[in-house]
Amino acid sequence: MRLTLHIWRQSGPDAKGRFETYKLDDVNEHMSFLEMLDVLNQQLIENGEDPVAFEHDCREGVCGMCGIVINGLPHGGRKGTTTCQLHMRHFKDGEELTLEPWRSAAFPVLKDLVVDRSAFDRIIQAGGFISIHTGAPPDAATILVPKEDAELAMDYAECIGCGACVAACPNGAAMLFMSAKIAHLGMLPQGKVEADRRVKAMVEAMEKEPFGACTNFTSCEAVCPKEISISAIARMNRDYRRAFLPGKAEGGGKLEKVKLLPAT
Amino acid sequence: MNESPGFYSSSVGKKILMAVTGMILFFFVLFHMAGNLQIFIGQEELDRYAKFLHSVPEILWLVRIAVTFSFLVHIVAAVQVWLQSRRARPIRYKVRVNLATDMAARTMIWTGPIILLFVLYHLLHLTYGALYPDLFVEGHVYQNLINSFRLWPIAVVYIVANIGLGFHLYHGLWSLTQTLGWTHPRFDRCRRVASAVIGIGVAAANISIPVSILAGLVR
Repeated sequence: MRLTLHIWRQSGPDAKGRFETYKLDDVNEHMSFLEMLDVLNQQLIENGEDPVAFEHDCREGVCGMCGIVINGLPHGGRKGTTTCQLHMRHFKDGEELTLEPWRSAAFPVLKDLVVDRSAFDRIIQAGGFISIHTGAPPDAATILVPKEDAELAMDYAECIGCGACVAACPNGAAMLFMSAKIAHLGMLPQGKVEADRRVKAMVEAMEKEPFGACTNFTSCEAVCPKEISISAIARMNRDYRRAFLPGKAEGGGKLEKVKLLPAT
Repeated sequence: MNESPGFYSSSVGKKILMAVTGMILFFFVLFHMAGNLQIFIGQEELDRYAKFLHSVPEILWLVRIAVTFSFLVHIVAAVQVWLQSRRARPIRYKVRVNLATDMAARTMIWTGPIILLFVLYHLLHLTYGALYPDLFVEGHVYQNLINSFRLWPIAVVYIVANIGLGFHLYHGLWSLTQTLGWTHPRFDRCRRVASAVIGIGVAAANISIPVSILAGLVR
């Protein structure tokens, strides 16, 4: 299949970027999107040109490194699919594609389609630790977790931190990412102790980065390659509000909330 | 609370305040609508109701102050989060796609100012009577409405503003359940529908008044 690509080229963080047009004549429909870019880069290298920089690592949809806005859609807009798992068979022969990096003040472009997502790392770092007993492996079922909670926490924990939610949000807000992290830790007994402190600290860290504010457009949920629900955001809003109630110490939550089996 | 920057300093806190004040304003709108619908019972009923509202000035002013305060907090917070979001994407996408959002959500920043301008117009028109002194007699609510809405330009202003209000309520009500964390798998699906029903319902009920008068159904 033939493709015309309009790709954002930017030689460095401070350089002025522009769109360049490339034509590919022989794209195999079984290629992934990144493999198609590999083919393009091979051509560019052979012609002595600078290859297009894009991020990738596992190419299995689990690492969260890749991410390109394709025709206005982060990760190409296919349900539950990262850019690396997107295949060329979903495009038409002769199609024109515009490739842009995540656009966010919090994610400055490093080169071409590569952005610096360390703002996410700083939010995660602000989340701190969870309190668990370390040492010998614990006995099974000493801490009971209801099945529904475990499942839901796992759904939220699926977040790979790719940043598509920020890229898709008309406000450039990081709420889906942040709330997924807060929700999966705050729902489980091991993370509940610090839940109040964590939600405040992470929101505070998020506000220090130039992210926008959530106005419930729900675009994030639509593009999330892990299909994380905006119910995470609602949960985080609730946790944040409650963390300011009197009696919620800065140091953590209430210990009696942790479900422990009585000692035998 | 003192250790970390306050609740209001974060956009999350601002949105929660917008949700709470929005809810107060919504209850006011609902109460206001219910009161006005007495026009369909008759002149006597509506005028008596208006008199009743003014019977204890302390309560009337308490409500007015509470509503005005909510309005101001709602607007200031809205402008602040809007400005924050505007700064969040300095370079815009070349290809822009509306992803999953609806028109109501995207036009909140427009329906908001429309409602604000309308409220100012409405206060000058029917509360203080300063706008059209010829059409207004203090306390004669029924007659004031008839006089005004017989003129189509005034009726159109009210109809357009209430369509804006309907959209604003639809997204606002759904949004506030999200912002306050009032979600549960059991009623999550109803949140959209309920917000739409209330938004359309309130707008339609309010619009029915100028439309009925314009059509000569209420005289």
